[in-house]
Amino acid sequence: MMFEPRIVGFLCNWCSYAGADLAGVSRISYPTNIRIIRLMCSGRVDPVIVLETLANGADGVMVMGCHPGDCHYVEGNLHAERKIKMLKKLIAWTGLETGRLRLEWVSASEGGRFAELVKEFTDQIIALGPSPLAKEKPDPVILENMLAAKSAVEDFRLRVLVGREKDLIEKGNVYGEKTVQEEFDKTMDEAIQSEYVRNKIYFAVRKEPQSVKELSKRLDLDPQTVLRHIVVLRRRGMVTVDQVEGTTPLYAALEVRR
Amino acid sequence: MEHIEEEAPRIGVFVCHCGVNIGGVVNVPEVVKNAMTLPDVIYSEDNLYTCSSEGLSKIKEGIRKYNLNRVIVASCTPRTHEPLFRATCEEAGVNKYLFEMANIREHCSWAHMHEPDKATEKAKDIVRMAVAKARLLKPQEEPEIEVEPSALVIGGGISGMTTALCLANQGFKVYLVEKAPELGGMLRLIHKLYPTMVDASEGLNEIVEAVKKNKNIEAWTSTLVKQVKGFIGNFDVIVQKGNGEITNFRVGTIIVATGADVFEPVGMYGYKKYDNVITQFKLEQLLKAGQLEKPERVVMIQCTGAREEKGRTYCSRICCMTALKNALIFKQSYPETDIYILFRDIQTYGKEYEEWHRMAQDRGVKFIKYALEKPPEVVAGHDGKLTVDVYHALLGEQVQIESDLVVLSTPLVQHEDAKELSQILKVPLGPDGFFFEAHVKLRPIDFATDGIYVCGTAQSPKDTAESVSQALGVASRAAIPIAVKRLRTEAITAIVEESLCSGCGTCVRICPYGAIEKDEKGVARVTAVVCKGCGTCGASCPEKAISMRHFTDGQVVAQALAALERMVS
Repeated sequence: MMFEPRIVGFLCNWCSYAGADLAGVSRISYPTNIRIIRLMCSGRVDPVIVLETLANGADGVMVMGCHPGDCHYVEGNLHAERKIKMLKKLIAWTGLETGRLRLEWVSASEGGRFAELVKEFTDQIIALGPSPLAKEKPDPVILENMLAAKSAVEDFRLRVLVGREKDLIEKGNVYGEKTVQEEFDKTMDEAIQSEYVRNKIYFAVRKEPQSVKELSKRLDLDPQTVLRHIVVLRRRGMVTVDQVEGTTPLYAALEVRR
Repeated sequence: MEHIEEEAPRIGVFVCHCGVNIGGVVNVPEVVKNAMTLPDVIYSEDNLYTCSSEGLSKIKEGIRKYNLNRVIVASCTPRTHEPLFRATCEEAGVNKYLFEMANIREHCSWAHMHEPDKATEKAKDIVRMAVAKARLLKPQEEPEIEVEPSALVIGGGISGMTTALCLANQGFKVYLVEKAPELGGMLRLIHKLYPTMVDASEGLNEIVEAVKKNKNIEAWTSTLVKQVKGFIGNFDVIVQKGNGEITNFRVGTIIVATGADVFEPVGMYGYKKYDNVITQFKLEQLLKAGQLEKPERVVMIQCTGAREEKGRTYCSRICCMTALKNALIFKQSYPETDIYILFRDIQTYGKEYEEWHRMAQDRGVKFIKYALEKPPEVVAGHDGKLTVDVYHALLGEQVQIESDLVVLSTPLVQHEDAKELSQILKVPLGPDGFFFEAHVKLRPIDFATDGIYVCGTAQSPKDTAESVSQALGVASRAAIPIAVKRLRTEAITAIVEESLCSGCGTCVRICPYGAIEKDEKGVARVTAVVCKGCGTCGASCPEKAISMRHFTDGQVVAQALAALERMVS
C-alpha cells in the first residue's frame, strides 16, 4: 500500500484558514492527508505543541499564518516565524528530519496557493517516508531525543530568548543596547545546543544514576562539557549527587515541575 | 453555568449532508456511525441541512432529549455558520463556547470531491478532532463593559472636523485636538477644489465656525496627544495644550484624522536647485495668493517620487486631478501659455474625472508619456529658463522643452510624528507609512483595535470628497459603541496563572494591544476586555504561566493527537 502521510496543519483563523476555505469553495483539489487545526493566530503555536505532535508520530507539521504585514494581530505571524526557526535548529539535533516541519504564509484570497503548498509539502513528506516516530514501535533513540527537545522548549531559557528576539534586536535591552541579528543567532544556536544536551543528561540520569564519565561516553561529549552542564542542572535543582562510588560521584535526576 | 463544567461531557454530533455538497462525496451515515464510537459521544445523527430551521430544532431536541452539554456540528466552515449554531445552543441552554464545528465541507468534500473514500476517512478524522476538543471545552463568559459617551478626534482638518460635527450633532461629547495653532488643516493652504472649482477656504471657514460654536465640541489647537491608556469604552487620554497645560479626560472611542504631508522632492528634477522648480502644493499657494506672473511655458512632472519601485510604491490618487485642475486654471487666465504634463499614466478615475482629462486636451494642454526607466531631466537653459529633456515614450525620441516654470506633482506622505502617535494608540502603520486599517474591504475605517478608527488622508491619499465621505462613515462607526452604552467583549482571552509567573515581562512586550501589564505584585495581569485572544503571549511565556481560554494547550494537543488517531481516552 502506498504511504499515506499524516500531516497536521496549524492554521490561523484570519488568513490561512480562510485560504483553505477558499481552496474548497473554488473546488481546488489537493492531497487529503492534511488535518487542520484552527487557531486564532499562528503566534499561538507553542513550540511544545509542535514537538508533542511530531513526537506522537505526525509525519509532517505545517504551520500557516498571514503574510507579513497582514497579521490580524499585528505581528503574531512574525513571532511564529521566530519559533519555527528555533524549532528547526532544535529538531536538527534529535535526528528527526527538519523537513517535517514547515511554516508558510497564505492569505485569505490564496486558495490556489494553499492547495499548491499542501501538495508540495505532502510530496516532500512522501519523499522523506514515514516518520521514525510514526510506527507502532517508534525509534527509541529519536523518541528520547525528541522528549529532551520538548523538555528544552518547556524551559525558561529558549522561550525567553525567542520571546525577546524582536525586542533585543529592534529596541535593545533595558540599557538600550541593541543586539545584531548574527550575534543573536549565535547566542540562540549556543542556547539550543546546551539546553538540548542538558535535557539529554537529565533524561539519562533519570533512568539511572550515572557518573560524568559514563555520561560523556553515552552522549559523545568531552567530560568537561558534561560537568559544566551538570553544574547548571544542579543549580536549577534538576540534578543531584545520588551517591559517591569510590571518588566518583553519581548523579541522579530530581523531579521537576513541567 | 458552573455545574456544566463539573458534569462529565455528553457530546452530540450532528453531521450535515449540505444537500449533495457533503453527502455527495462523503459517506455521511458512516461518519455518524463512527462518531458514535468516540469517547463521550452520547448521540449522533445526520441532517440534510443542519443550518435549516428543521436542522436547528433537531439540535435543540437532541440537547433536551439526551441532556447534551457539548454540541458538534460537522458541516461547513466556522467562519460563516458558527454564530448561528452557537445561538441555537444558547437557546437550548448550552453555553455557546461548548459548541465546536467540524469543517467537512470546505476542507474536505469540496476539496476532495474526486476521492470519496479518502474524503470519508478525513471527515471521520475531522469529527474525531472536534470531539477531542469538545471534551475539554469550558463554558465562557463574555465580559460586559460600560462605554463613556464621548469621543476623541485627533486632527482638526476637514476629516476631523467633519467627524467631530457629525458626532456632536448626534448629541455626543467630542474632544477635538489639533497640533497646529489653527483648525483647517491642509485645505487652508489649497487654492481651489476640483471638480467644483470653488475656493477651498469657502466651505472650510463655515465648518471651522460650526465646530467652534458647537456646544458639544471641545476644540483645542496647538495641542498634542501625549498618552492613551485603556480600551474601547474607556480610553484615558492625556493631552498637552499649547500653553503647556496638561489635561486628562476619558472617552469611549478615538478617531485618527491626522491627515498627511506633501512629499518634498529634494534632489529631484532640480528642486531646491532652481527657484522655478516648485511642487504642485507650492503652486496652489502661489495661485491662492495671486503671486504668480504669467508663465510662457509650464511643465508639470507627474509621479514625482510616487509609484516608485521601492519606498513610495503607491499612487497618491490626487496628483493627476490636481495637475489637470491647475493646468486648466492657467489656461483660463492665460490661454496662450503652453502647458505640458509629463505623465507615466493619467489616472483620472471615477465617474467624472475622465471628463477633465478630455477637457484639458481640448483646451490645448499637451500630454507626454514618459517611462519610469527614463525619467525626464531638468537642466538650466537660457535667460534663467529651464530645459526639460524627456524621452517621449510614444514617439520613441528625446524631446527638449524650454520652460520657465516646472511643477512637480508629489505624493501625499505620512507625517513624521505619525509613528509616535501610532505607538501611543498601539495601532499600526502600513508599509507605506499610512495608518493601517483592520481590513481593506470589510473594515476599511476601523483599526484592529476596537474603538479606534481612522479617516481621511491619515489612512491613504485621497481628495476632499473622499475624505469627507470617510469622515462621515467613521462618525457613524464610532457612534455605535457610544450609542449602545454597554458592550460585550470577546471571551477568548489570555489568563495568567499567578503562582507560575516570574514577572519576566516577556508577555508585556509581546502583546500588540497593551493588554498585559505587571500588577503591584510584579506578576502579569491581563485586562480581559483589551485582550484579543491571539495567544502569542501564551505560546511565548517562558514559564508557561499563560493559557488561552477556548484554545488551551490541552485542547490543541488533544486535537493534534486525535488527528494521529491517538485519542486520549
